Amino acid sequence: MKSMRHVALAVLASLLAVQAPASFAEEVVVYSARNEQLIKPLFDAYTQETGVAVKFVTDKEGPLMARLKAEGKNTPADLFMTVDAGNLWQAANEGLLQPVKSKILQANIPDHLHDPDNEWFGLSVRARTIVYNKNTVKSGELSTYEDLASPKWKDRLCLRTSKKVYNQSLVAMMMWEHGEAKTEDILKGWVSNLATAPFPDDTKAMEAVAAGQCDVTVVNTYYYGRLMEKKPNLPLGIFWPNQTLKNKAAGVHVNVSGAGVTKHAKNPQGAIKLLEWLSSAKAQNLYADVNLEYPANAQVQPDKVVTAWGSFKHNLINVSEAGKLQAKATMLMDRVGYK
Amino acid sequence: MRLTPWLIVLPIALVTLIPVAVVVSSLADPDQEIWQHLWQFVLPELLVNTFWLVLGVGLGVTLLGVSLAWLTAACDYPGRRFFSWALLLPLALPAYVTAFVWLGLFDFTGPLPTWLRETWGFRAIPEVRSRGGVILVMSLALYPYVYLTARAAFQGQGRRLMEASQSLGLTRAQAFWRVALPMARPGIMAGLLLAIMETLADFGTVSVFNYNTFTTAIYKAWFSLFSLPAASQLASILIFFVFVVALLEYQLRAQRSYATSTRAAAAPTRIVLRGWRGWLAAGWSLKVFALAFILPMTQIALWSRNVFATDFDARYLEFAWHSLLLSGLGALLVGGLALALGYAQRLHPSGGLRLTARLATLGYAVPGAVLAVGIFIPIAWLDNQFIDRLGASSQILGGTLAVMLLAYAARFLAVSYGPVDSGLARISRSVDEAAQSLGVVGAKRLWRVHLPMLRVSLLTAAALTFVDIMKELPITLMTRPFGWDTLAVRVFEMTSEGEWERAALPALAIVLVGLLPVIFLLRHTKNDPALAC
Repeated sequence: MKSMRHVALAVLASLLAVQAPASFAEEVVVYSARNEQLIKPLFDAYTQETGVAVKFVTDKEGPLMARLKAEGKNTPADLFMTVDAGNLWQAANEGLLQPVKSKILQANIPDHLHDPDNEWFGLSVRARTIVYNKNTVKSGELSTYEDLASPKWKDRLCLRTSKKVYNQSLVAMMMWEHGEAKTEDILKGWVSNLATAPFPDDTKAMEAVAAGQCDVTVVNTYYYGRLMEKKPNLPLGIFWPNQTLKNKAAGVHVNVSGAGVTKHAKNPQGAIKLLEWLSSAKAQNLYADVNLEYPANAQVQPDKVVTAWGSFKHNLINVSEAGKLQAKATMLMDRVGYK
Repeated sequence: MRLTPWLIVLPIALVTLIPVAVVVSSLADPDQEIWQHLWQFVLPELLVNTFWLVLGVGLGVTLLGVSLAWLTAACDYPGRRFFSWALLLPLALPAYVTAFVWLGLFDFTGPLPTWLRETWGFRAIPEVRSRGGVILVMSLALYPYVYLTARAAFQGQGRRLMEASQSLGLTRAQAFWRVALPMARPGIMAGLLLAIMETLADFGTVSVFNYNTFTTAIYKAWFSLFSLPAASQLASILIFFVFVVALLEYQLRAQRSYATSTRAAAAPTRIVLRGWRGWLAAGWSLKVFALAFILPMTQIALWSRNVFATDFDARYLEFAWHSLLLSGLGALLVGGLALALGYAQRLHPSGGLRLTARLATLGYAVPGAVLAVGIFIPIAWLDNQFIDRLGASSQILGGTLAVMLLAYAARFLAVSYGPVDSGLARISRSVDEAAQSLGVVGAKRLWRVHLPMLRVSLLTAAALTFVDIMKELPITLMTRPFGWDTLAVRVFEMTSEGEWERAALPALAIVLVGLLPVIFLLRHTKNDPALAC
């Protein structure tokens, strides 16, 4: 009976006060669509170094934005953190963020990786590139994303679903570079080259390439890193496309994970300090390496595993353009039947 | 019009109706461009896909659920005791995890197709990423709803029903098809309706198969086209559709009575299946159990073993405690609300009450994340009033357990209400009258007469709700306090970055903790003289 009473007390206690009172002098509150296991080590390090507590809650980006909107000026959130420039652009577009003036951020984060109005800043770079089967793809066969639409790839291409924002951003950038009509032709080519229906994630698409169901696919590099770490013997190679082009489409498509200070932040200065710290050399390695991504700060070297894949030229168009065109890109993919 | 039942029914209904109203209110402001696009390029395919999915899963769960319920409730065959509870276990597995395991095993790159291809050159394996594949996996994941409610119905019939039928000259098979099965309809339909609502609201499982359904369009409008209003409008259509189905079901049912006489029947004599019949029954039970549970569990256990050393830490105790706390309190609250809802109608039957109760169960058909926003908006509004008008220093309601529990009620009332309602339908009105004539009325009648008769139904309701809350994601994510994670939240953190192997560990923990109510249910229904299994 005694234990029953203990349980009842514990239940009552948690009903009334689930939030432990903060014992820190200062705290920053973060809403994050970047997962717990990727951000917690950083926040712990920040707290240890500065004594400032970081309180955070994770969810998908859509619900988090709806939450910020519903809470309005009384939101407890100081910083909004998410993946993909499309989501960051949308948050700014909905008026959920505020512009930040910071010399440190300007110096650490290259121009094409932050909002032109400084409402958000990229903190890591995610390159979306081509992965191929070393046994079936001859050297010299691969060149650009656009070329994957050519008939020589008939029944040799695997793709992830168009519902994933990474593909929407890639297509949005292509629309910015080539216009809607030409992008539509490219997408039609991709769809007709598919060896099998689109996959739910990048890893499945790469496994299909390795198993010979198709020869080539388009993925974010960290998925490649993770898969090869687990199964180093897969006959998969990484290829950097669009390297020799001179036009706007030059360079590998990159996207960011990043963050912005919320419009109604209670502790905007604290949020800016945290952002600046995240962009600094020591934090950048921790931030990017934990997920085998590229640091956004150009002075910082990526992880050894990542460096081994070779260096490449980025596409230098501001990533916010992908956000602006994301809805249009999604509609275009629907029209051509890319599922 | 009597006032008292409304005082009970209306507040309960409002818990669901307010969030649903928030979702439906989006209809006032349609976005022309998005609607035109969806209508022209997206919806035609999705409606066809959704139709086949609902039909296929509906048939699948009925076939699996009813056949297994009948076998374990009314028959005896080798392994029956084991299967009677084991067949509930797939309920504890999140369906999208099962789906991912199936995809890993049976897709082109999976071990079985690879072996067939490389050893035998055999390539003609049916594609698992297909309509048939998604229907099969969802049927295996959702049949326990029907199994549980149908089983409660068959058990409630006792042996008298079959005996009476057979004494009237029906063969055993005829007695099943013409008496036992039709009499169990409220129970079967309650489970079926739950499975269909879950199918309609599902996003995770169909995403794994990249099988586009109506819910896909809802999330596409929200996450890709950045229009939460358009997403809510689509969800409103879904709500309306489910409401019509629920009403039709009730209309059909209202024309008949399903009450069986009393619990006076002694422990039922089971139909003993001898020889090959018995083994056939055992084989069928084993096959379903193996495909729906052993197969995914084996993979999950193997994956868990790989990541156990690096991922398992003391925090898992906390996650498990949070999950248990939420699910336990949630099951009590939601079960209690469902009982109040059902009982108020029994005492004062009226069309208006019936309609309101049905409306109160619609939350289950709304895709979780959309409902979560519908719940969050009024909570945030209230908090803002507290802060702006009453000078509160920060949010009072947001991030409290009380709000989380109410939010679960908004989503899962249907899960408890279905079994309770069908359980009440099995109790003859003459019981009420007899009690009344003996002077047993009011709360005393509920406590001493109805509750004992409803025991199996209530336990079923609580167990289903418990497990559903255990697996719930969008509402938990949106309403949980800072730094307060559950096992399901762990699954989310891992799967959303594609780390399925690491998600296996919390998924395994969910199954283990989710076993508790199943064991509890079993222990408390086993020795009931009238309802023994």
